[in-house]
Amino acid sequence: MKERARDHGGPGTLTDELATPDAFEGPPPGESLAELAAEYKLNPSSARPSMFAYAGQLWARRHFIMGFATARNVAMYTEARLGQLWQVLTPLLNAAVYYLIFGIILDTSRGVPKFLPFLITGIFIFNFTQRAFITSSRVMVDSLPLIRALPFPRACLPIGYVLIELQQLIMSMIVLTAIVLATGEPLTWYWLLALPALALQTMFNMGMALFLARLGAGADDFGQLMPFLVRTWMYTSGVMFSIQTISTLRDHPTVSFILQINPAAVFISLVRNAILLSQRQSWPGSKPYNVTKCALYHTDKTPYLEFSAYCHGTVTMNQLWLWGIGWAVLALVVGFVFFWQAETRYGRG
Amino acid sequence: MAEPTVIVDDLHVVYRVYGAGGDKGTAATALMRVFKRQRRPSVREVEAIRGVSFVINHGDAVGIIGRNGSGKSTLLQAIAGLLPPEQGCVYTSGQAALLGVNAALLDDLTGERNVVLGCLAMGMSPQETKDAYQSIVDFSGVGNFVDYPMRTYSTGMAQRLRFSIASAKSHEILMIDEALATGDANFRAKSHGKIMSLRGEAGTVFLVAHNLAEIEASCNRVIWLEKGKIMKQGYDVPAIVDAYLEATGGEPRKRDKPVDVNAVT
Repeated sequence: MKERARDHGGPGTLTDELATPDAFEGPPPGESLAELAAEYKLNPSSARPSMFAYAGQLWARRHFIMGFATARNVAMYTEARLGQLWQVLTPLLNAAVYYLIFGIILDTSRGVPKFLPFLITGIFIFNFTQRAFITSSRVMVDSLPLIRALPFPRACLPIGYVLIELQQLIMSMIVLTAIVLATGEPLTWYWLLALPALALQTMFNMGMALFLARLGAGADDFGQLMPFLVRTWMYTSGVMFSIQTISTLRDHPTVSFILQINPAAVFISLVRNAILLSQRQSWPGSKPYNVTKCALYHTDKTPYLEFSAYCHGTVTMNQLWLWGIGWAVLALVVGFVFFWQAETRYGRG
Repeated sequence: MAEPTVIVDDLHVVYRVYGAGGDKGTAATALMRVFKRQRRPSVREVEAIRGVSFVINHGDAVGIIGRNGSGKSTLLQAIAGLLPPEQGCVYTSGQAALLGVNAALLDDLTGERNVVLGCLAMGMSPQETKDAYQSIVDFSGVGNFVDYPMRTYSTGMAQRLRFSIASAKSHEILMIDEALATGDANFRAKSHGKIMSLRGEAGTVFLVAHNLAEIEASCNRVIWLEKGKIMKQGYDVPAIVDAYLEATGGEPRKRDKPVDVNAVT
């Protein structure tokens, strides 16, 4: 065989003909390799664990997920001179830009009492979901080297990315608290309701991140499309206007209902109602219906802005909580199962 | 018969490579492709492993040799379960730990954070990580650089740190992919000792290296891969190494004394 290699190709080349598999130390006659593996209780290295075992593995790696998220967050600003200060500056600048455009130039504040805290709450809460969606739809493509280097439950990655955004959100919430208090909103016990609302939103984001991570793992086209989808979603979720009271939706209760129960709008409304007294007091349907007062609200005059509470509402605050819980559980269950089904295939790219 | 720890049964691994050339790469050509319902030419399938079968027993240290691109690293990734097989199956007695050149650590983070994250990713608890931390840093010999971001490390230093992290835990199956190639002489001697002791406690070690002296010194068995298939494999390490050298045009190795393949230091 060696002689032939010399004759045909010379040093440094090997012909296909030569590349015939050598005999290997096989199993005893009459037994396949799979049977031999079963006999010695060897398991396929790319086997997918059961769903519950997988959840257990994830829980066992919780320190890794937390460490990964914190480390990425720290690394994000190492190249910037202002460093971690950007964690606060980014949400502040965001708030300033949107206030300039929607509050001053376009003046969409009509119909909303205390527009500034209303707008900024909406932006910060939506931004959490937006960032989680965009980063998670690219996470499997971006992390391919890590996936091909270390074995760990792959769901660590999208979940870790959501935790990175959650840490950013916490910084934003500190900024938000300062802004809201500065605009004269009182600090009340209702503020504590923001915590379960954000917990539900985090659950929803994690579920969707798992779902989107698998969709985005196959082809990068999805990751390219995601920013446009999310931006459209933002404009229909009542971030810079009030779905409940906007005049164009007054005669379209079905459209108004669908927009109000969409997950982003639900979580935004829950947090707004928790930390903004002006929102709780003006929530349509929160006070007994009163024809005169509702008509006064529709005149759009500043002293009557909170009279929207005397008009008919489409969704009550309690219904909002039920929708929030429903979306969170649905997203988490569907996202987890969907991601888990492809667990062994993420390394392929 | 010895107890098998790794069984590879008719394994095929296919890579899908994106952006591998093709058309002119303009928006117009991409649009034409959509209309003509053609597949993206820039997606190529590369069959990296084409039907490999073998059985590895407890206590084996297996050297894998072959030229660049012959499928050595892919084979190890498939055994570790990191790359899914297209066809066939790999059976292992436990999770195989792969220590590769491109074992991705986070370049922007300090060596210290990388040590901690690496340990946690291997499934160690925070307490075990804390206990192992100092010995990992000491073994790697990176010294004060542990406080610097890993992107400032030299190739050899980064590799030493990776090796130290991966070898902090004893693994049932340990696979080392060229991880020692850029270490200095001192570190190679240290890591050779570490491999031997890991082999003693672990059971099965795979070693990919272009340094054939290292293969002969560390392994009792060798697999020669060529174009994704096994050319030769067996326990007669020097004979297969010589055949490989002859086929690839290298000089035969000069051996002063017979190599004691079962030496465990």
